[in-house]
Order: sequence, then C-alpha cells, then structure tokens
Amino acid sequence: MHTDTATMHGQSIYGVVAEFDRPEKLISAGRKVHHEYGYTKLDALSPFPLHGIDDAIGIPRSMLGYIVFVVGSVGLLGAMGLIYYAGAISYKLVVGGKPLFAFEPSIPIMFECTVLLGAFAAVFGMFALNKLPQFYHPTMNYAGFPGVTNDRFLLVIEACDPKFDIVDTQRLLESLGAKKTEVVEA
Amino acid sequence: MADLAVRQDPHVKARLVEGNPSLSQVTETVSKIVESRTQYSWYIAISITASITGMLGLMLAYLVSHGIGVWGNNQPIGWAWDITNFVFWIGIGHAGTLISAILFLFRQKWRTSINRFAEAMTLFAVACAGIFPLFHTGRPWRAYWLFPIPNTDLYMWPNFRSPLVWDVFAVSTYATVSALFWYVGLVPDLATLRDRAKNVSKYVYGALSLGWRGSARHWRHYEAAYLILAGLSTPLVLSVHTIVSFDFAASIIPGWHTTIFPPYFVAGAIFSGFAMVVTLMVIARWVFNVEHLVTMKHLENMNKIILATGTVVGYAYATEFFIAWYSGNPYERFVFINRAFGPYWWAYWTMISCNVLSPQFFWFKKLRTSIPFMFFISIIVNIGMWFERFVIIATSLHRDFLPSSWGYFRPTIVDILTFTGTFGLFLTLFLLFVRFLPMIAVSEVKGMISNEAMHHATAHEPEVVNN
Repeated sequence: MHTDTATMHGQSIYGVVAEFDRPEKLISAGRKVHHEYGYTKLDALSPFPLHGIDDAIGIPRSMLGYIVFVVGSVGLLGAMGLIYYAGAISYKLVVGGKPLFAFEPSIPIMFECTVLLGAFAAVFGMFALNKLPQFYHPTMNYAGFPGVTNDRFLLVIEACDPKFDIVDTQRLLESLGAKKTEVVEA
Repeated sequence: MADLAVRQDPHVKARLVEGNPSLSQVTETVSKIVESRTQYSWYIAISITASITGMLGLMLAYLVSHGIGVWGNNQPIGWAWDITNFVFWIGIGHAGTLISAILFLFRQKWRTSINRFAEAMTLFAVACAGIFPLFHTGRPWRAYWLFPIPNTDLYMWPNFRSPLVWDVFAVSTYATVSALFWYVGLVPDLATLRDRAKNVSKYVYGALSLGWRGSARHWRHYEAAYLILAGLSTPLVLSVHTIVSFDFAASIIPGWHTTIFPPYFVAGAIFSGFAMVVTLMVIARWVFNVEHLVTMKHLENMNKIILATGTVVGYAYATEFFIAWYSGNPYERFVFINRAFGPYWWAYWTMISCNVLSPQFFWFKKLRTSIPFMFFISIIVNIGMWFERFVIIATSLHRDFLPSSWGYFRPTIVDILTFTGTFGLFLTLFLLFVRFLPMIAVSEVKGMISNEAMHHATAHEPEVVNN
C-alpha cells in the first residue's frame, strides 16, 4: 500500500491528521515521528506557538529577520537619498548658512523610514512566507479543525512524505498517544 | 495538580490568571464578550459618545469654514490648546506601545492580558492626536505638503531640518506601525472567532483572519515578526515623543529650549498612558467580567509604573527649575518664576499636585490595590498631564521678549468643544473595539498558561490538567 500519490475513494489525499489533547504530548510524538521514524513532511497545528516544536518536527529557523534587515536598510538609505536629492540636487536652498546636506538633521527621518519599511517588511514578509491569505487548506477538512484555535493540538503528516503509509502512519500516531487520527483529502 | 504546583512555587509571581481556567475557558470568556447579544447599555453608551463625536465633526467643519481664528490662539500664544491636546493624546498612546513592545522584550508575562487593550488605546489616541495639528494648519486639504511628494502647487520640498517635519514622519510612522502590530496580534484571535462564529460574521472574521490555521510553520514566522515588530517599536515609541519634544526644544523660546525635554516627555507620556489604561481597564474588566484574566496583579504593576514615571516627571520639574536658576540666564529664570507665580500659577500648581504629589500615594500597597482609589488617581494624573503640556506651551509663550507683546490665553467655546469631541471619538472607537474584537489576546494568554503548566509539570509533577 506504499504509494507516492495516495488516494482514497478516488480522491487524492493530503495526509493524516492526529489529534492530541495536550501540547507536550504532541511535541513528544512529533519528536519521535521525525527523529526516530524519519518522517519529514510534518506540521503541527496549535492555538498558540509551541516552544520546542521547531526542533521536534524539523522546522528551520525563520528567514524573516534577513528580509527585514534588507528592507529596513532600503528605508534608511532611501530616506537619506531623498533628503540629499531634495536639498542638494533638486532645490538648492541655503537655510541659515548651513550645508545643503548634513547627516545630523537627517537622522530622525532616516530612523523613522527605517522603522516604517522594516515594519512593513516584517508584517507583509510574514504573511508572504506563510502564503497568507489562504482561505482553503486541506487540513481544514478535518472535522475537528475549528478546535485548533481553541484547545486542540494537531500533528499532520503529509502524504507526499516518502515514509507515508495510509495505515501504518495512522497506527504509529495512535501508538504515540494521539486521541484520534483521520485521513484528510487534498 | 497543576493548580497546586503553580500556587506552591515561590518563583511564580502569583495570580497573572486567577482560578486556573482551562484553555477553552479562556477562549470562551473572551469570545463570549464579542458573541453575546448587544446590551442596551452599549447602545446607550455609544449613542452618547457618537453624539459627542458628531459635535467634534461640527466644530471642525466650523473651523474649516471660518479659519482657525475660532480657536483662542493668537499672538503671542500661537500654539495653545491644539498642540496641548496633540501632545496629550500622543502621550496617552505611548503606554500601549510600551506594554506591547518594551514589556514583551523584557519578557514581562503580565503584559499578555492587557496588551491588546492598550494597543487599541494607542491607535485611538493617535487618531485623536492627529486631528489637532492637521486642523491647526487651517487648510487640512493641503496637509500633503508636509510629505515629500512632488506637487504642482508648491514646487518645493518640505524643510527636512525642521522638527515639525520630523514630527510628521514620526507620528505617521507610529500610527502605521501601531496598527500593523495590533493587526498581527489579532490574526490568531480572529481565527478563533471565525471558528466559533455561526452566521455571517464567520465570513467577516474569516476574511480578516486571512485563513490562519495555527500551523507551526506559520507560528515560527509569526513569532519572528512579532519579535521584530517589538524590537522596532521600542526605539520608535521613544523616538516619537523625543521628536514631539524637539518641536519645542529645537526652538529658542525660553522654557522650551532645554536638553532635558526628550527624556522628560517620554516619562510623562508613559505616565499619562498608564493612567489612561488603568482608567479604562478598571471599567472594562468590571463590565465584561474578566477580573480573573486582568487581575489585581496587573493593575498593581501598572500603578507601580505610574508611581515610578510620576516620580521621574517630578524630578524633571525640579531639574528644570534648578537649571533655570543655575544657568544664570535672566530670560530662563523669569520664565520659570513666572510659571509658578505668574498669571498661570493655578495651572502650574494643578500640574504639580496632580503629577508629583498624587502618584506618591501608590507607595502604599493598600492604596495601589484599591480599585476606587486607583481609578480616582488615574483620572487625576491625566488631568495633571494635560496641564503639564498646557503649562509648557502657554506659560512659555504668553510673556514674549517685548512687554508690548504679552498676552493671556483664554480658550473659546470651540476650543473646549473640539477637545471634548476628541474624547467622544476616542470612546466611540473603544466601544466599537470591545464589541467586535477580542479585547484580550486569547492566544497569548493561552500560551502563557500552557507554558507555565508545562514548566511546572516538568519541575514538579508529570501530569498537568489542561481542560
């Protein structure tokens, strides 16, 4: 029954969802599934961020910080460029005998633009990395999905995982303390 | 079990959440506020506040049609209530960012029950603040001149050396970043409401929550974004009130031209903002029965911050006076003696008694844990902080260098009604917020409860009860 594109009743399936009633049970089950049984296409759905889940099911660190750094730097240099262009190139106007461009009075605006663009990058970068908005996802087919935003904890193993087997995977999750498991369609 | 473990551990600074609610009980408590039938009292409250907001609209329309002469500002007091009100509202907003960003970076767990509420306060306060400089321009439809947008009316750029232009950048950045921060925090909770909703609100909350599903792969980016936003907002909030103070400090008016202004303004902003959070929170936790989520511990901590910042503000007043004397500058000396004993003596001593004396009562635990008393003091503090800005602005301006240009500011009825109107706007937005959005950050409170329980489970007992 080991297939790459698993199907059930003619429908292609997305994977298996296992429900846990406590976060630490999910984390320890996830750790075993990933580190002992070698599954890699894993995800966990929880009402709040679970500490230790990234390491347990092999999720890499977020790259968001680098994006924010780059975009924030664009804000910094962009503001400086704007002030330089406006004062020293586009419309040269000597105010109070001061130089056409100087760093000191430019710092507040450079700072604010860094923060503004950095914040945009953090928020919209986060949504983009998460591919949100996304109003449909196969895990939403799981009947208990609405509980995820309340007090349920789901471990998801995708069918595209090379180790995935529709029967064995469910059995494994049940043996690791899942309250129930279910196959969800894509 | 977990209950016992939490209570016995001396390291847990008890009672951040009382009664050990389960995760679903937390969801239930907060969501219920939004989902239950609208009460008549809410309709009554919002009809009052919306009427006051309507009055604000009328006053602004009157101002635009007649010019800013309808306000009492005139030479030598060109900045009067409008700038006072602007600084007052901006300052109130700062407590929200302090709670959401600075306390987050310092890992202060007690912030979780109050951050959503305080962030909402920030947004609404900034909205009220923005009205004043916008309309003080007299021609608000030309406000885009303040931004470096190439335009065909002016053929010029704004003066980037002017603190007033810095202020435009600072306040608009602050409003934008606060809104983003608030929305990011709301997304998981909007998903909770979506998953509980039964009728058409399912689609509204569904659209607003962007299809959030609490995936661990999402949470890692989410947590990174949250941390980065906190890291960006922390210097931002300090910069905003610093730049607001530059509006004064970078001028050469005696009484304004001092280097103490940035820290002094920031402390005052936090002081007034926390007082406003206490005022609103005391009412909200009682009306909406969330006393077990927003506990006495939260209120007491906020009162301690009010005490600390109030004392800093008092110290700044004393330093200002000392430096005015020590500088040997006769103009500076005159301004300060005139401030305390001149025609505005009543404003000065109102400020001193409200801001310096009244928070000192919070040294006593009995007083800082008394709800009626803290409510009273929080209002007194906000009155005092409004007077602080008025004193700084009016007393420094009303005695110009030439005695022929001396004056005395009296507000017009339009001044008074416009300021009152902003309270209507602030409260209307607040009533809409508590009616339609979760006023407590559900996912953060649940995360805190669960992490504490897990921590204690590993430290004390293998079993933890979660539901």
